[in-house]
Amino acid sequence: MRELSQKRAVCAMPIAGFYRSIDFALSNMSNSHIQTVAVFTQYHAGSLNEHLSSSKWWDFGRKQGGLYTFTPTITAENGFWYRGTADAIAQNLRFLKECHEPYVIIASGDGVYKMDYNKVLDYHIDKGADITVVCKEVPDIHDAERFGTVRMNEEGRIEEFEEKPLVARLQTISCGIYVIRRRQLIELIEACDAEGRYDFVRDILIRYRGTKKIYGYKFDGYWRNIASVEDYFSTNMDFLDPEIRRYFFRTYPDVYTKVEDQPPAKYNLGVRVANSLVSSGCILNGAVEDSVIFKGTFVGNNCYIKNSILLNDIYVGDNTYIENCIVESHSTIQTNSYFKGEGEVRIVVENNERFVL
Amino acid sequence: MLLAGGQGSRLGVLTARMAKPAVSFGGKYRIIDFPLSNCINSGIDTVGVLTQYQPLRLNSHIGIGIPWDLDRNVGGVSVLPPYERMTHTEWYTGTANAIYQNMEYMESFHPDYVLILSGDHIYKMDYEQMLSFHKQEGADVTIAVMPVPHEEARRFGIMITDETERIVDFEEKPENPRSNLASMGIYIFSWEVLKKALTVNADQPGLDFGKHIIPWCRDNGNPLYAWRFEGYWKDVGTLTSYWEANMELIDIVPEFNLYEEYWKIYTKNQTEPPQYFGRDSHVERSIIGEGAEIYGSVENSVIGCGVMIGAGTSVRNSILMNDTVIGENCVLDKVISAEGVRIGNGVVMGVGEDRENESDPHIYRDGLVTLGEGSVIPDGVRIGKNVMIFGKTDLSDYPGGSLAGGRTLTKP
Repeated sequence: MRELSQKRAVCAMPIAGFYRSIDFALSNMSNSHIQTVAVFTQYHAGSLNEHLSSSKWWDFGRKQGGLYTFTPTITAENGFWYRGTADAIAQNLRFLKECHEPYVIIASGDGVYKMDYNKVLDYHIDKGADITVVCKEVPDIHDAERFGTVRMNEEGRIEEFEEKPLVARLQTISCGIYVIRRRQLIELIEACDAEGRYDFVRDILIRYRGTKKIYGYKFDGYWRNIASVEDYFSTNMDFLDPEIRRYFFRTYPDVYTKVEDQPPAKYNLGVRVANSLVSSGCILNGAVEDSVIFKGTFVGNNCYIKNSILLNDIYVGDNTYIENCIVESHSTIQTNSYFKGEGEVRIVVENNERFVL
Repeated sequence: MLLAGGQGSRLGVLTARMAKPAVSFGGKYRIIDFPLSNCINSGIDTVGVLTQYQPLRLNSHIGIGIPWDLDRNVGGVSVLPPYERMTHTEWYTGTANAIYQNMEYMESFHPDYVLILSGDHIYKMDYEQMLSFHKQEGADVTIAVMPVPHEEARRFGIMITDETERIVDFEEKPENPRSNLASMGIYIFSWEVLKKALTVNADQPGLDFGKHIIPWCRDNGNPLYAWRFEGYWKDVGTLTSYWEANMELIDIVPEFNLYEEYWKIYTKNQTEPPQYFGRDSHVERSIIGEGAEIYGSVENSVIGCGVMIGAGTSVRNSILMNDTVIGENCVLDKVISAEGVRIGNGVVMGVGEDRENESDPHIYRDGLVTLGEGSVIPDGVRIGKNVMIFGKTDLSDYPGGSLAGGRTLTKP
């Protein structure tokens, strides 16, 4: 994610003008009537914790269940960071043991999608699987190289699983969403931990694929992962497509996020907006084309912003030209600036004084 | 105690299905959001909202008060409708009568002071400052007042004060006003005084603060003080003033600023999706709510959430409330469209001569076209000025494909 991840965990990346990426997984859980949710955070969790300040937004503030955040802690037995995905669960196994829900859904916070996890669970039960992995066909085989690739037999059982292959041979990837029986998970995590293994994919999925029944569930809805700048950029630009907007903004169920009570966006004289998304709280004076403008951004007079993403609370001074850029949140861009991404998306981080007294 | 039970009949069809405090304002807000946000921003976390006229929309808007942070373990927001009792069941017959009927609610919090508000004004006020004044002056009743131009003073209840701001006299809509301090309908009472005044006057029909309670307090010798408020305060009681107040929000630096970080206005919205502008859209001098999709042209307008404006359509000087959908190639000028209105393609509105409205000339005037909630307008019709339409209309309602200025068209 280049400079973008210097400020926050990927899960807290803003998406489509007003979401943060973790909203998708959390809303899917809420909409699937999952009431007990644990979030494991470690890397740069400031923005994320701020976002999770209340569980109200996703309707998790219930007497049954709730939203739990687990950061690495030092205990009498353990002084490590989370050494891997499985280790994160292992270090908080007590929580899992004390729950009474029969099944666990494991998902990552960097996917942009809507999914009813109950459908995956039904499939899991139907197949009598030990673990079910949500999979997706990618159109371009080279895209698969950043993911875990799988091969399923005609029954849906996963026979081959390769994590981030150098040269992909398979076009079906794992979306990083798993369904597993709670007791089964505890057993596997304990075995893994005892052997000093810490990674859920490498040390559980791949290692156990011969002995455990691991099935793939094919998902053909919209699913994107934002783990690279290019993916992040194009995922946001996807929302300029009316079909995708309709799917996420206007089709039941909603994706929820923390509401910030921004005022309506304001358009002054001389503004020109074409094929762009503008979020609330913005005040625009210049021209914006093929871009996504996040919340609370100010664009000065005679500016031209093209094919760019402006994250939250940015100030763009007058006479500024921005093309093919992602401007980091809270940036202040001085008047008469020029930014252009040549060949690739440029990331702009400008920490100038906004108000000079 | 927030009085939100009034109809607001001068807003015409906008209040056909909801009380005035529930009417949209400024794109995404409803009028009641302003006093409710003022309450929480002033540190008041126990609010009773008195409802009576068409309360459904208001109830679902307020809910348990989450948007205003009024979902509390102690206090919080309570919606208080009139209710049946063993004897003497009645509706809320006046402002003070409504408060009187909720004595028990107030008593349960053991208050020292009670703030009485009405839910139909647009302003930002720190009630805490008013309360400090009330305590400092040792007042029993403090009334918020605003200096108004002398020539307009005869439209208001006028307070006459001495040099210490103590109220010595008052007059309701006087011919020759002796002062220019207009009452804003915002009162702070010391609890024991309010309780006594309400109990003593309980049998007065249509018990009202301005007409009965305040005069009684004066005659009883309770110290009444006027607290001056100098900021923006707008009564949006008529369609014209409602339209003007909305239009004031789109000035370059509006007098009433919604963009202040430290006095936010809260409203109920579950999600805040961004708004989309098509490639050939045009927008100028407007404020637009979340999730709107604009393919046409918008100028000088206040657009609510989820509004769709088709390609080739031009919207000027208009207020379009939430979820209004407008087809292609329409021309709208000075239109107030309530929530969920559907307008077909090629519709022209607000043209022709300025003819007086046939049913309610005092409401539908100044060239405004008003569309009631959920109205449907068929393709290709021309609609004149000062027109009101409410209901699902079709081509047969428009002889010759047009509706002349001043007409009122109501359909089920």
